[in-house]
Amino acid sequence: MRPIRVLVAKPGLDGHDRGAKVIARALRDAGMEVIYTGLRQTVNQIVNAAIQEDVDCIAVSILSGAHETLLPKIANLLKEEGVDDILFIAGGVIPEDDIPSLKERGVAEIFTPGTPTTVTIDYIKENIRR
Amino acid sequence: MTLIKRLLDGDKRACARLISQVENNVQGINEKLKEIYPMSGGAYVIGITGPPGSGKSTLTDKLVKLFRKEGKKVGVIAVDPTSPFTGGSILGDRVRMNDLSNDSGVFIRSMGARGHLGGLSDATSAAITILDVYGCEYIFLETVGVGQSEVEVMKSADTTVMVMVPGLGDDIQAIKAGIMEIGDVFAINKADLDGAKRTKREIDMMLDFSEKSWRPPVTLVSALKDENIDVLKEDILKHCDYLKVHNLYHTERKNNVKSEILSLVIKEVKNKIIGKEENNKLLEELSRKVAIREADPYTASETIMELLKK
Repeated sequence: MRPIRVLVAKPGLDGHDRGAKVIARALRDAGMEVIYTGLRQTVNQIVNAAIQEDVDCIAVSILSGAHETLLPKIANLLKEEGVDDILFIAGGVIPEDDIPSLKERGVAEIFTPGTPTTVTIDYIKENIRR
Repeated sequence: MTLIKRLLDGDKRACARLISQVENNVQGINEKLKEIYPMSGGAYVIGITGPPGSGKSTLTDKLVKLFRKEGKKVGVIAVDPTSPFTGGSILGDRVRMNDLSNDSGVFIRSMGARGHLGGLSDATSAAITILDVYGCEYIFLETVGVGQSEVEVMKSADTTVMVMVPGLGDDIQAIKAGIMEIGDVFAINKADLDGAKRTKREIDMMLDFSEKSWRPPVTLVSALKDENIDVLKEDILKHCDYLKVHNLYHTERKNNVKSEILSLVIKEVKNKIIGKEENNKLLEELSRKVAIREADPYTASETIMELLKK
């Protein structure tokens, strides 16, 4: 069986990558290939990397409060590039109230603090598109 | 439009998908590779190898930027280890190459070694072919962090750059067989650290004993501070010229291809054996018996070889 490939990225100006690293490690232990791109990624860098790496899933961690701006931008650029087979999820400090509109704008699922890593892992396994 | 047509048009998604198909050994991929192979061979392949944490990715990042200044399209294949327990991996080489993600003239692909032991992955040779046909003029092949005997990169690369750092051992390490022999060009990275000059001297002494006509240059560099990378680039190009002038280019590639063919044969044999459910069961059963000393591994391997004749 082929391993699931996931790009883990931190968009924008936010220097806290502990959460992203914990997720990366958990996905690794679940048998996935995790492409970790590190801090302060632009939307363009994330989408480009995801395409070159041919990932099944983009998982971004965002704690800066800029989710309203950055997350839809990633979803839009994916659409512009004609990508429809990459699952796009996010995690981090994102208020409950913001979640429905983010989902409408192209984020498949959002995981807030306290979510067990197994929940994220199962979600990815069940929802990848190929 | 077929994947191959899209690849020839320079479509990055087609390039990425084809590499995935190679990695996953998707049915029919060999037919596609057969089709594109005649169009490959134009790219120059530069191997970057060295111990974990020696700065291979950072150095690759800086070298790629220099080649990009000349407008050359560049491909990067970066291999990182795969867990022997879960099959998962953290592919982290992109962290050092972030700027390159913005450059449409650079295609970076991270790969898990997926159980392959020589420092590369099973899919690297074919991925080189795909990037070559995609239009990359230079392809950087970064190995996993190596120890002493992962020499495989020299069979895929035209020029192998051995990245060393100070403080890893004395001159006995320098004269040992294995990876110290495969460098066409040596870079002593983190040259601002104590002992860098000494490391260079030890490697220079080791190389002076060699009777080969190419004497690998040894250059002190700092990838992080972007120092002397231009000298390293010149070293690489000099080795490229040397291969061409001495007509070694094709001889070297012939040797490389020979080992590629052999590894494809081995892969095919392995697939033939473990690709079938009943064979797998036999293998399990034999292993169980050998473990409790009811059988021996030599007879077991002969039993397995019998399967191939069927």
